[in-house]
Amino acid sequence: MAVDTERTTPGTPRAPRRTGGLRHRLAERGVDRVLLLLVPALLVVILLFLYPMMYGVGLSLQPQKGGGMLANYRAFFDDPYQRDTIWKTLRLALPAALINVGVSVPIAYRLRGRFRGRRALTAILVLPVTLGTVLVADGLLRYLGPKGWFNRILLDLGLVDQPVRLIYNYWGVLFSLIITGFPFAFLLVLAYMSGIDPTLERAAATLGAGPWQRMRRILLPLLAPGLATTFVLAFVLAFSVFPSANLVGEPADETRVMAIAAYQSAFEKYDYSMASTIAVLMGAFELLVISVTLLVRGRLYTGPSAGGKGA
Amino acid sequence: MTPETVMAGERRAAFDHLRLEGVTRRFGSAVALSELDLRIEGGEFLALLGPSGCGKSTALNCLAGLLPLSAGSIWLDGERIDGLPPERRGFGMVFQNYALFPHLSVRRNVAFGLSVRRVGKAEIRRRVDEALALVELTEHAGKLPGQLSGGQQQRVAIARAVVLRPRLVLMDEPLSNLDAKLRVQMRTEIRRMHQDLGLTTVYVTHDQEEALALADRLVVLRAGKVEQIGTPEEVYTYPSSTYIAGFMGYRNLLGLPAVTTENGRVVVGEGAFRLTGVPQERVSGPRAVAAVRPEDFRRAGPGDRNTLDVRVEVSEFHGREVAAEGVTEGGHVIHFRLPERVAPGERIELAVPVERVLVFAGTGAGTRAGTGARTGEAAGPADAAGPEEA
Ligand SMILES: Nc1ncnc2c1ncn2[C@@H]1O[C@H](COP(=O)(O)OP(=O)(O)O)[C@@H](O)[C@H]1O
Ligand SMILES: [Mg+2]
Repeated sequence: MAVDTERTTPGTPRAPRRTGGLRHRLAERGVDRVLLLLVPALLVVILLFLYPMMYGVGLSLQPQKGGGMLANYRAFFDDPYQRDTIWKTLRLALPAALINVGVSVPIAYRLRGRFRGRRALTAILVLPVTLGTVLVADGLLRYLGPKGWFNRILLDLGLVDQPVRLIYNYWGVLFSLIITGFPFAFLLVLAYMSGIDPTLERAAATLGAGPWQRMRRILLPLLAPGLATTFVLAFVLAFSVFPSANLVGEPADETRVMAIAAYQSAFEKYDYSMASTIAVLMGAFELLVISVTLLVRGRLYTGPSAGGKGA
Repeated sequence: MTPETVMAGERRAAFDHLRLEGVTRRFGSAVALSELDLRIEGGEFLALLGPSGCGKSTALNCLAGLLPLSAGSIWLDGERIDGLPPERRGFGMVFQNYALFPHLSVRRNVAFGLSVRRVGKAEIRRRVDEALALVELTEHAGKLPGQLSGGQQQRVAIARAVVLRPRLVLMDEPLSNLDAKLRVQMRTEIRRMHQDLGLTTVYVTHDQEEALALADRLVVLRAGKVEQIGTPEEVYTYPSSTYIAGFMGYRNLLGLPAVTTENGRVVVGEGAFRLTGVPQERVSGPRAVAAVRPEDFRRAGPGDRNTLDVRVEVSEFHGREVAAEGVTEGGHVIHFRLPERVAPGERIELAVPVERVLVFAGTGAGTRAGTGARTGEAAGPADAAGPEEA
């Protein structure tokens, strides 16, 4: 904005010099006129995102039953049935995100670079994302159910006497989160991994580093910022779990996640204010995990991941 | 090859010789390196020379263990090593793009190999300091590679490889990303380090000047095959083919019929144009190629016998001399150098010593210049600019 004032006040001899200096200082920090292009996007964000959010926060501070601004929040934390949803959600979202990112690394490591059928594989992996959670949940019910293939194989092999219960509980939801979240995490990790110059590992090898050392000292440090970003996205995706918690979980108890609690408040008790409170709390917890992750990421090396100049 | 030096440590080469037997590498059906037989003596500085795509990097990567062989074997003294992974060969490598670890400081880049080998902290510190002093980067030790200039990065890459006192140092066009002045400077540094540390070095380059300046022995490759092996003097003075002649600065490769052969002399020419030279191989048939370096021509004086008339077309001032291009009566383009300026259009008579005219058997459908001239000349600049696969 200072840039414009400089334009409009060419009369004063000293002002341009001062704003000119300011412009240079701003430019050094990456602030310049081009940033004005962000204004329309910023408006959209404010209108579509920030406004409803603030509206929700406002709503959450106006409890239906009265009792002060924070009554809803107090009620949420005082009631173990509500309060426990926090833990139940984190218990699903954190392992799901960690597993999705963790499993992606070795697989992406094997599959990076160009190879035949990479596109086909990518397409296969994207499929669960496009199918959506409901269809995946449906498939899981058949596959992991008491009469599903998985249990039948286990029974036939004599590994178990009773069908293992893998649906309508915590495990069903975790499986569902992994199936829908993994492709997403994998594709991101693969992209990050492909950005790392393969000669770096070759150099490390000639310096005496075996495969494990190369992974630990070269690949992972260069990949870490990307993994942090992927983790954040995978976590957010898993944190708002709703359909699978309902369909393959135990929504009354073990997998009563925050999204379900919010849903029940809004559409079963018609307490929109309480529903907003839970939604705001969901956002707060997501923000907490994201901040911690990004704080850690900020301490990592985030520069270029190629080893030098030239060809 | 093991001179007394300032650096501490073992100066004697770590092995007697390294032997490559029929080393072959195919990519699909394309043969990148074909049946390479080579013996590298401990303490030697060997250069692999050839245009882009001739298989130099492939040969180096096979040696380093970064590429498995399609056939053949590699022996270090009595031990067969081609099955060993790169981390167990103990060879140092300097990559064309340096391949410095971008997230590690200069010091930790250089220390990398030592810390992988679990060398003690104090020992690492001492040896890294020594290596950094050697490449004059002591005051940059704390910087990240991204904060260094190209030449400095290059020196870090060298320090990182030699700090381990590797049995063999492999360098893949390490100077090709530097500007001309720095390149000459670093070239001397590399040669000095090779001598001072008693290293054995295999150096890949497409630059004949670099190879001639650095190496004890040259291996010239062409399309994955060895074309000539010899000392710089041998390869420079007696190239074994027009291909190598073209590569070694014999810019004039004149495709001319052989007229007579006698007393170890051959006369080539057409019309009134005659040139006497020394046959490098059995020259027969209507086609021969006479190879002459521009700097071997001089202005003819009284009594000169091996002469030719040219009309000057272009002349470029190069400081100490003038590089010029002229055309003979018969339409042959002649590149030559003279100490004084000549004007375009001027007619002058050039002389060349008989022993500096190398005559090769022609390669069939040669037109003005032998076919070798084309490949040879195209090699230099095209290579420098072309993209480089590892
Ligand atoms: N990974 C690869 N896949 C297929 N072809 C390759 C590969 N690497 C090298 N080549 C081919 O092998 C030949 C020799 O390559 P290279 O050894 O890199 O040449 P130079 O280093 O002499 O320029 C070239 O024709 C190149 O195209
Ligand atoms: Mg190469």
